[in-house]
Amino acid sequence: MKKVVRGFYSVAYSVKLCRPNVICAYPITPQTEIVENLAAMYANGELGEAEYITAESEFGAASMLVGASAAGARVFTATCSQGLILMSEVLFNAAGMRLPIVLVNTNRALSAPLSIWNDHQDSMAMRDAGIMQVYVENNQEAHDMIPQAYKVAENKKVLLPFMVCMDGYKLTHAYEPVDLLEQEMVDSFLPPYEPAAYMTTKKPLAFGCYAPPHIYMEFRVAMQQAMERAKDVMLDVFKEWAEVSGRDWGGHITVDFPDSKIFVVAMGSVVGLLRKVVEELRNEGLSVGLIKIRTFRPFPVEELREALKDAEKVIVLDRSVSFGYEGPVSIELKSAIYGYSSAEIYSFAVGLGGRDMPKDFLAKIIRDVAEGKERPGFAFKGYQEFEEVIP
Amino acid sequence: MKIKLNLGAISEPLQSEKLKTGDWGTHYPVVDKEKCNGCKTCEQYCPDLCIEVKEVGEEKYAVVDYNYCKGCGICASVCPFEAIKMELKDIFKV
Amino acid sequence: MKYFGSGHGACPGCGLPIAVKTVLNALDGKVFAVNSTGCLEIISSQYGKNAWGVPYIHSLFENAAGVAAGVEAALRAMKRKDEGYVVVFAGDGATADIGIGTLSGAFDRNHDILYICLDNEAYQNTGHQQSGLTPPGESTTTTPAGKVLPGKVGRKKDMISIAVAHGVPYVASSSVGYVSDIRRKVKKAVKFEGAKYIQIHSPCVTGWGIDGSIAIKVARLAVETGLYPLVEFEHGKLTSVRKIKDRKPVEEYLKLQRRFRHLFTHEKGKEMIKLLQRFADENAERYGLDLKKE
Ligand SMILES: Cc1ncc(C[n+]2csc(CCOP(=O)(O)OP(=O)(O)O)c2C)c(N)n1
Ligand code: SF4
Ligand code: SF4
Ligand code: SF4
Ligand SMILES: [Mg+2]
Repeated sequence: MKKVVRGFYSVAYSVKLCRPNVICAYPITPQTEIVENLAAMYANGELGEAEYITAESEFGAASMLVGASAAGARVFTATCSQGLILMSEVLFNAAGMRLPIVLVNTNRALSAPLSIWNDHQDSMAMRDAGIMQVYVENNQEAHDMIPQAYKVAENKKVLLPFMVCMDGYKLTHAYEPVDLLEQEMVDSFLPPYEPAAYMTTKKPLAFGCYAPPHIYMEFRVAMQQAMERAKDVMLDVFKEWAEVSGRDWGGHITVDFPDSKIFVVAMGSVVGLLRKVVEELRNEGLSVGLIKIRTFRPFPVEELREALKDAEKVIVLDRSVSFGYEGPVSIELKSAIYGYSSAEIYSFAVGLGGRDMPKDFLAKIIRDVAEGKERPGFAFKGYQEFEEVIP
Repeated sequence: MKIKLNLGAISEPLQSEKLKTGDWGTHYPVVDKEKCNGCKTCEQYCPDLCIEVKEVGEEKYAVVDYNYCKGCGICASVCPFEAIKMELKDIFKV
Repeated sequence: MKYFGSGHGACPGCGLPIAVKTVLNALDGKVFAVNSTGCLEIISSQYGKNAWGVPYIHSLFENAAGVAAGVEAALRAMKRKDEGYVVVFAGDGATADIGIGTLSGAFDRNHDILYICLDNEAYQNTGHQQSGLTPPGESTTTTPAGKVLPGKVGRKKDMISIAVAHGVPYVASSSVGYVSDIRRKVKKAVKFEGAKYIQIHSPCVTGWGIDGSIAIKVARLAVETGLYPLVEFEHGKLTSVRKIKDRKPVEEYLKLQRRFRHLFTHEKGKEMIKLLQRFADENAERYGLDLKKE
């Protein structure tokens, strides 16, 4: 059923259809209305047997999900920015405990200065946690991704947390027509959660044990192996989703115009606009293609090597910075294709803290690279020249 | 040979019992069966769960599991009948 | 059936396993144990050497109340509440300092959990640093007695009142010196629906500087001096206190422990002992600890 809804609702409604047992969250802009929508559903008795808990903090919310997930529940939370960072100690812990927690991060900049606007600095700070990360382009993809996230996370070959990243404001607050899923369809796609091991007095296992040096490393290797298996599991799940829903969002990356000489690489909602920009530039005669990275963790190494093997120039648009180096997506892409592609890499940090990225701005970046006006390396784009002064 | 590794470091119950802590202490408790009336006070206080009142025939008295006893002396200190004496292990005698 | 195994790594004479086994036995092992990082966790939950005979979870230092709330919510949502009681075992540092946020949240939402604070009066696991529940005058590694300072300056945070102020149905203090008191209070606590808090004074032989053989005696002296009153609140009302026949001067308790030894030589020691005696007197007054002589 197609309906014009806001991004929050597309997420909340999809979460409901996945029949979680425990939902626990703390409000933060621009995630707030996701949890408000879920709270309203709970108040109206629409969440079945689920418990919806208003936490005292994001740290508390994540902690409750650890307990609930270990006890065998399917769980959900949503957060972003300061909230995600506040959760981070718990989330690193949850990943090591191999708990298939699903969360939505409505990407937002990090303080200071305080900013409620969109970039990817928050989720990038979590990249080493052992949490799967998928970035969606629009609200339909966000809506569709929730059941897939559960299916991947709960797969016995994986068992790691899954974070669906959607751009704050740009998606959360946008009205878009979304084909809302049917309960029966989701039920048949996503069976009830059967935990691999859970807390029960019938079989009293201990969760969260500590590991001395003689055994710690093995558990971390096991996490890496689970991430590697997740790559295949995701592809299976993505494919199955395309079949049952009729919407094929592609694999770990999608490639428009694979035979191009120049590629723009980006994640999240900006991809929609880039698609138009690329089309226009191609009409001007530029050989430019577009790569959308959907899965950031596990990182699509082989896919990028294949897609970029004959590329001459690669433009990476990062929405965050690893201060002292450059944008994380670009760092990772470079290391992935090293030895497999001789393309020059142009790495740009753009749109930090909600800085506008209009069509012309994006087109100019690509055109300048194409015309040799830029040098390979790292630069910020779209900021005012300044001189820092001490007041 | 591959080792078995439990998912997420989950552990099976009561595996600590494989660890014999009986050699930790310098002293060990000796129960005087005559004085002991089986009141279980020592049993309730022992931090290492290694002294237990047992029925042996007609008699009922506290029995120490020296595999685990750390020789802390708590049992002796709480016994209302002074039925437990702490003794120095032979290897610590000069 | 053992719910907590021998072979754990506690120092000889440690109070923690005494408290834990008493709680688990009182509930016939019908327990989902949630533990914070700290001594108890380290001595009992090494991978492959787990001492617990009940389902157990450890997540972080400061989130045991939150994790327990999550376990409880899950059991409720999945209609498995009959399986057992959700019981937190957390240190004084985990409770009164770093974890007070999640604890307050769990109290506020009144989750059906029993929260046991194992109060050994410092961060013992990391080498005897002060916590909010360290009493004044104690020399810890972060409040050492020095030429100027006589150990910790300040006071012991009144977690009992903080718990009561949350409006939770049952709050009590107890002591490893009196296992029957622990047993009675635990059995009573779980009859209440909602959040329950029991703070158990637990001797730490290493941090307190005592021999295991006097651990129980020292724990009892804390009660007999009035420094650690054993009280019980039901729905915010004080319903019982452990009366003291001949309340002993605090020196009797202090002089047995290395952590207070400096008070008997330090320039400000007398002052500190006087302060501790004042706290004991105030406790006696506030809770009516003294058994009136006929
Ligand atoms: C966030 C965080 N900060 C610090 C630590 C280090 N740490 C681990 S246990 C502990 C002290 C525990 O004290 P308490 O809760 O009183 O338990 P005890 O060991 O005394 O029984 C500290 C400081 C940690 N694990 N996590
Ligand atoms: S406390 Fe003493 S009398 Fe009681 S059972 Fe133990 S040894 Fe026997
Ligand atoms: S000496 Fe300590 S460990 Fe040994 S039996 Fe007595 S109380 Fe238990
Ligand atoms: S340091 Fe103290 S609390 Fe920790 S195990 Fe030893 S005696 Fe127990
Ligand atoms: Mg402590």
